[in-house]
Amino acid sequence: MRETSTHKSRNQVLIIVVILSSVTGNVILGHGMRQTGTIISASPLDYVKAFANPWTVAGVLILLVWMSTNLALLSRADLSFVLPVTAIGNVLVALAAHFGLGEEISPLRWLGIMAITFGVVLAERTPSRTTEVRPEKAP
Amino acid sequence: MIGTQWILVGIIALCNTAGDVMNTAGMKRQGEVEEFSLRSLGRMIRRIFRNPLVIGGIGAMGVSFFAFLSLLSIADVSFAVPATAISYVLETLLAKYILKEDVDVRRWGAAALVACGVVLLQW
Repeated sequence: MRETSTHKSRNQVLIIVVILSSVTGNVILGHGMRQTGTIISASPLDYVKAFANPWTVAGVLILLVWMSTNLALLSRADLSFVLPVTAIGNVLVALAAHFGLGEEISPLRWLGIMAITFGVVLAERTPSRTTEVRPEKAP
Repeated sequence: MIGTQWILVGIIALCNTAGDVMNTAGMKRQGEVEEFSLRSLGRMIRRIFRNPLVIGGIGAMGVSFFAFLSLLSIADVSFAVPATAISYVLETLLAKYILKEDVDVRRWGAAALVACGVVLLQW
């Protein structure tokens, strides 16, 4: 099945939003969680308390954007395509920490960055959808 | 004795995998989202409320998310992230056999490279 260029370019827009919202959401949420401290509890109340932190709230809101755009992407593309392609977010986090915060990148980490990048390029060359297409039904 | 951190790793990998597979199956059944206007995304979200597969998938992702927060609070990121990298391979397997996606050698290569890369990144 040939993929049309409109379908492909729309997927690329979604992929970029999915990656950016996942990276910023996780970084901001991580910042909030570090301010809150250890939670390992069976009581939901302890998790609710973590939401008193504005960073945590902002992180969760951005992750809701990630969740909905990721679902929209999964309605259009294969899981085995979306997973590796969106993994480039890991590379962005490492590079941002290096260039933004001056964090050291060891030779093994550079190898990891190259492995992920190569994996993303490989997956990007496959057609994004290999299963039967069913257009969205009218509501 | 298996430590608490490994039990959490197991919960995260399994729930993440189940969540992604159910979400993909449910969203494919619901049909392609063709436009990305707020209106069209809003309609997608409203329809999800009547889509048990996606509701289950989001529930599984939620469990995985809280388990991951717990793991981060008792273990280092350099343990938490690589330990869960296995789900890239697990999910690709299920994508092939349950979702019937055409996983060719490039996609297998991509999943393996990404999983290894995620582990190496935390070194």
